[in-house]
Amino acid sequence: MKAARLWTWHMAAGVVLFFVLGLHMGIMHLGEIGHWFAPYGNLAVSIANSRFRDGMLTFTVGYIALLAIGLFHGLYGLRTMLLELTLRPAMEKAITVFLLILGIGLVGLGTWAAVAAHGVALAGVKG
Amino acid sequence: MAAARHENRIGLWGWIGGGRWGIERYAYSLHRLTGLAVLLYFLLHIVVTSLRAKGIYLWTGSGFFHKPIFRFGEYLVFAAFAYHACNGIRLVLVELGVAIGKPIEPVFPYKTSLRVQRPLLIAVMIVALLLLAAGGYSGLTQ
Repeated sequence: MKAARLWTWHMAAGVVLFFVLGLHMGIMHLGEIGHWFAPYGNLAVSIANSRFRDGMLTFTVGYIALLAIGLFHGLYGLRTMLLELTLRPAMEKAITVFLLILGIGLVGLGTWAAVAAHGVALAGVKG
Repeated sequence: MAAARHENRIGLWGWIGGGRWGIERYAYSLHRLTGLAVLLYFLLHIVVTSLRAKGIYLWTGSGFFHKPIFRFGEYLVFAAFAYHACNGIRLVLVELGVAIGKPIEPVFPYKTSLRVQRPLLIAVMIVALLLLAAGGYSGLTQ
């Protein structure tokens, strides 16, 4: 039951990512077409445009949500693939624990960075 | 009672070897491959973009991140995402029973539901191709 519930969450996360990561990809990779959230020139990834987005609370919250949902979807998908190889139970448990620690660590790092970048953008500090 | 465990005799080949299965099986294999590629990029992307909190913007200036090879790699990531996202939506719809037809009696000659769901595969591949073209146009003009 737990596996079925987690798989349902995995699929639900995929649907959310379709829209949220789709928006992120649209801003970053279709900038020449849309010019969304990039008021300073055409390059969406320039420092000025990055700071502009970092300064918006919606983006900070969005980055953290994208981070958590994306990592869950990606790492759970990787775990599913690895467990299909029919490994020993001890190895399966080790993989699960490793991916869990990796995911939590990266969520922590990314959350700290998003919050700190938001503060830097609001303070107008030059990098 | 512990779940029965079976030896995985085909190993990694089971991921890519579709045998006599239809195009959907290969679409699924490509779905996994693109998922792994996007995940690998995502893990590196988290670390690189986190550095901006310390004022380090590695992707600006004239370093490696501006070389054509990296720009092309970036486009490949976008392509992998576009395919994975479109095909993923198809997989969710199929898992929910959408676009696979109604169950029928297994009367000879048997009919496969794959032909019923094939238009959905074709439709999402067209959407993925349109996204690839838009991404390519945007990347080339930047």
